[in-house]
Amino acid sequence: MKERLQQLQQEALEKIEQANDLKALNDVRVAYLGKKGPITEVLRGMGALSPEERPIMGALVNDVREAIQRALEAKQATLEQAEVEKKLAAEAIDVTLPGRPIRRGNHHPLTRVIEEIEDLFIGMGYTIAEGPEVEQDYYNFEALNLPKGHPARDMQDSFYITEEILLRTHTSPVQARTMEKHQGRGPVKIICPGKVYRRDNDDATHSHQFTQIEGLVVDENIRMSDLKGTLREFARKMFGEDRDIRFRPSFFPFTEPSVEVDVSCFNCGGHGCGVCKGTGWIEILGAGMVHPNVLEMAGFDSKKYTGFAFGMGPERIAMLKYGIDDIRHFYQNDLRFLQQFNRV
Amino acid sequence: MFVSYKWLQEYVDLTGITAKQLADRITKAGIEVERVEVRNKGIQGVVIGHVLEREQHPNADKLSKCLVDIGEGEPVQIICGAPNVAKGQKVAVAKVGAVLPGNFKIKRAKLRGEESNGMICSLQELGVESKLVPKEYVDGIFVFPSDAPVGADALELLYLDDEVLELSLTPNRADCLSMIGVAYEVAAILGRSVKLPTIELHENNESVHDYISVRVDAQEDNPLYAGRIVKNVKIGPSPLWMQARLMAAGIRPHNNVVDITNYILLEYGQPLHAFDYDRLGSNEIVVRRAKEGETIVTLDDVERTLTEEHLVITNGKEPVALAGVMGGANSEVQDDTTTVFIESAYFTSPVIRQAVKDHGLRSESSTRFEKGIDPARTKEALDRAAALMAEYAGGEIVGGVVEANTLQLKDVVVTITLHRINRVLGTTITKEEVANILTNLQFTFTEDNGTFTITVPSRRRDIAIEEDIIEEVARLYGYDHLPATLPIGEANPGKLTPYQAKRRKVRRYLEDAGLFQAITYSLTNEAKATMFALETAEPIRLALPMSEERSVLRQSLVPHLLEAASYNRARQVENVALYEIGSVYLANGEHELPNEKERLAGVVTGVWHAHVWQGEKKAVDFYVAKGILDGLFALLGLENRLEYKQAKREHLHPGRTADMLLDGKTIGFVGQLHPIVQKQFDLKETYVFELDLEALLNVEVDDIRYTAIPRFPSITRDIALVVDEHVVAGELQKAIIAAGGELLKDVSIFDVYKGDRLPEGKKSIAFSLRYYDPERTLTDEEVTNVHEQVIKAVEQQFGATLRG
Ligand SMILES: [Zn+2]
Repeated sequence: MKERLQQLQQEALEKIEQANDLKALNDVRVAYLGKKGPITEVLRGMGALSPEERPIMGALVNDVREAIQRALEAKQATLEQAEVEKKLAAEAIDVTLPGRPIRRGNHHPLTRVIEEIEDLFIGMGYTIAEGPEVEQDYYNFEALNLPKGHPARDMQDSFYITEEILLRTHTSPVQARTMEKHQGRGPVKIICPGKVYRRDNDDATHSHQFTQIEGLVVDENIRMSDLKGTLREFARKMFGEDRDIRFRPSFFPFTEPSVEVDVSCFNCGGHGCGVCKGTGWIEILGAGMVHPNVLEMAGFDSKKYTGFAFGMGPERIAMLKYGIDDIRHFYQNDLRFLQQFNRV
Repeated sequence: MFVSYKWLQEYVDLTGITAKQLADRITKAGIEVERVEVRNKGIQGVVIGHVLEREQHPNADKLSKCLVDIGEGEPVQIICGAPNVAKGQKVAVAKVGAVLPGNFKIKRAKLRGEESNGMICSLQELGVESKLVPKEYVDGIFVFPSDAPVGADALELLYLDDEVLELSLTPNRADCLSMIGVAYEVAAILGRSVKLPTIELHENNESVHDYISVRVDAQEDNPLYAGRIVKNVKIGPSPLWMQARLMAAGIRPHNNVVDITNYILLEYGQPLHAFDYDRLGSNEIVVRRAKEGETIVTLDDVERTLTEEHLVITNGKEPVALAGVMGGANSEVQDDTTTVFIESAYFTSPVIRQAVKDHGLRSESSTRFEKGIDPARTKEALDRAAALMAEYAGGEIVGGVVEANTLQLKDVVVTITLHRINRVLGTTITKEEVANILTNLQFTFTEDNGTFTITVPSRRRDIAIEEDIIEEVARLYGYDHLPATLPIGEANPGKLTPYQAKRRKVRRYLEDAGLFQAITYSLTNEAKATMFALETAEPIRLALPMSEERSVLRQSLVPHLLEAASYNRARQVENVALYEIGSVYLANGEHELPNEKERLAGVVTGVWHAHVWQGEKKAVDFYVAKGILDGLFALLGLENRLEYKQAKREHLHPGRTADMLLDGKTIGFVGQLHPIVQKQFDLKETYVFELDLEALLNVEVDDIRYTAIPRFPSITRDIALVVDEHVVAGELQKAIIAAGGELLKDVSIFDVYKGDRLPEGKKSIAFSLRYYDPERTLTDEEVTNVHEQVIKAVEQQFGATLRG
């Protein structure tokens, strides 16, 4: 009997080993451990044994059952694992196929530049002032020390609607309006971005419509050195920490003294390259101390108050920054152009 | 202004400073030197030669065989193709071994069998522009005066070894439209002195008053008119140095008299005009405004019709010159002229500008009058011109000057303190430094305890107030020495206004929703101006448009967005999604500024979403456009205050257009482009929208308030309602919400059906209703009660039935 049991165990373990799927394994379980299985049969035959032999034999039967059971469980785990792996293998995908695209637009490059500049100056305590694009001659010219008959305000250069109304040629009238609103009391600290218009034929470097950003600070004791410090700060934040600026004397009717402001070339660092035409400097801004006539016309006492103003062209900055070669791109809205500004 | 470096040395010592260095210094001090032109374009070995013999080339009609003395050894044989080469001429010879512009090397050669040892050069071959070459030499070689020394360096004599500084002058620095003016500027920069020309005037015993009289009837336009008579002049070429200087300055030499007037114009900045006295047709000069319709034939042989806005010089009867702009052909100096009347006058800017504008005639003279000349030098320039005509045209100066002078020259005196200078600049410049700068500028001044009293010379008409002096000090002190500081004073935090902040969020939202920001032109044509406009007004036209296409201000952003879409489509970009935020302009009466209103508009066309390999592809339709807008209203917290209403609008599909109402007021539209317009813009199915951005952003919105997260389960019931096909979902939904009361939290549409399984003229809309009470778990019974009220409401209001 003992031999029979050991033989059964031997057979069962072999069959378990040979079972290669869960069904086969179950068949083995039923065949050996089931109610009609050989081990149960052995147990039935135990009645013929002596009382001394019975417990020994009983223990032996249990050992055999447990051994088979353990083998079954072990095999079951192995087969289940294999089954899962097979299923997962069948579920494999090609991860290199394209993902479901997220549709996303972006800022126009001019807005990108303008917002960046706005944010820089907001950080320095400026607010953003806006005003009408169709403007009175008074605010566009007269209040800015450009009286009637001044050469810089030739009819040919501006889009007039009536004799007294025109499309603004710069955003400076917003400065004049803002100062006027302050009724002679400082401080005024504003940035004025916006569209402006000039009577130019559209070509690679001219556009009858373009944008400008101007800044104005009026207070007691505003010095020209403050203008230099402010613009240096701006240049460093906009074009890189190691930028420097320089002033070159110039002329604008609304400022005195007036300067052109160059920023050291961000492309070559000042050694000279194609971007800066070999000079190491790039002209970016016009600036100056607010002309006393402009202050007085806006109701400020020019003996008490001084101020500085500056202006720049987002188109020019964008063209330099991104290497754009034709100003017309900004107004054609070719998606192949616009899409290029879709990342940080 | 072109400034010859060589010529400039007549007036200021430039020892130790090259043209390039000078250019940098001038630029730094405020006048931009645009470029420095090296006149020698790589020429070597060109000398003055003397043509000893000239004969016809034996084998070529158009060639001459010349024997030329070039000042070294035996005369050489040179074959020359110029038609004007002749025996006895002094000419420029490029010797064998010489180099001409373009690295053209001169070699010994045989031309049609005859040996040629060099080349006789035209000015063009030496790099001079044709338009500067004296007319008689344009088609041949340049002939030098007979006293030109054989073997001398031709480049030096022609000023082709010179460098020319091109000044880009701002309108305030008209003083530098003259060599003397530039000399003052350079002297101030270098701290050197100015040498003015000496004028030796030898007048005869006659009196100019016996020749001519002058009367000015338009004194405001012409406060000073002066003239001299020079008789017995012999018209001929001017001296070589004068011709060379004129060419360096960009002016073509003509003859001695004309060249001298041009030379003085460049030297003094005082335009002159030389009349042929005998052709004047009278003995008087009358300066007056032209009569309406009066005509004059100017030197360029163009007949010009004048108006009362133009100033003319007349002989008492008819115009002989358009004052300050161009002389008349009738009184022009010609080869047989013997007596010259030289005019030196001060015309004021506005009248000259008007003439320039009306006749499209800008000359060296008019430019100077327009920008303003120094009247204090008007008579000195006249004297200098007469002296030069005596010297170089063999003339005899008639005694005295005729003039009409009502000029009131007043000294400009500016008083400024050192403290003010430093306060404005933020510097610590000393009294001595300021005094030094003023001295170098040759300004007369006194200084008392830090207060400067400065008399401004008349040549610097741009200086009148303290700030002008501050600028002079600053630019000559050097902006590089200006410290960099930041404004002192109360620091206010900078920030965007609520409107500006919201507008930025709107941009970002639309972009994240898939639209690209466009910027289009504000000017359009008459037809497009009012197309699609939410509100229309009388179109605002430019007085002087450059083209019909850009002549009127837009009242809607949509037309240009459609153009942009069309532009893209023409370039194979079929899927277009653009938005723009910009102003439209609505007239407000002729003398008022228009209402400028900020609009938000968009255009979408083509495929909206495609993920093709997984079988997803969605073309743009009405609901794509609407979905974008729904998201926008949700962003602005307005989704429950916004309503869409079926609408009919011009240029839009009559069945696929909706108006959007905010709190019951129309603020925009969205719709499909009408097929006719679609075709007109060469587009496929396209949807557009436009909104009154100001209405949208200025409306008050409640701040966000937290509501408790649901703690109890909600119950969802679905209903499919069968209604007449003209019943719109929005109305049904509104009725459901109203009937559902407090407990109904969400209503969403999950199916719309129309077709065979329903009776003709009917459709079914399926809603999902979610009921919820934040305080407790709802019972089925409670929900059923409310739900039945909802069903009853839609039955009563719309005749809706539940779909079985
Ligand atoms: Zn560079």
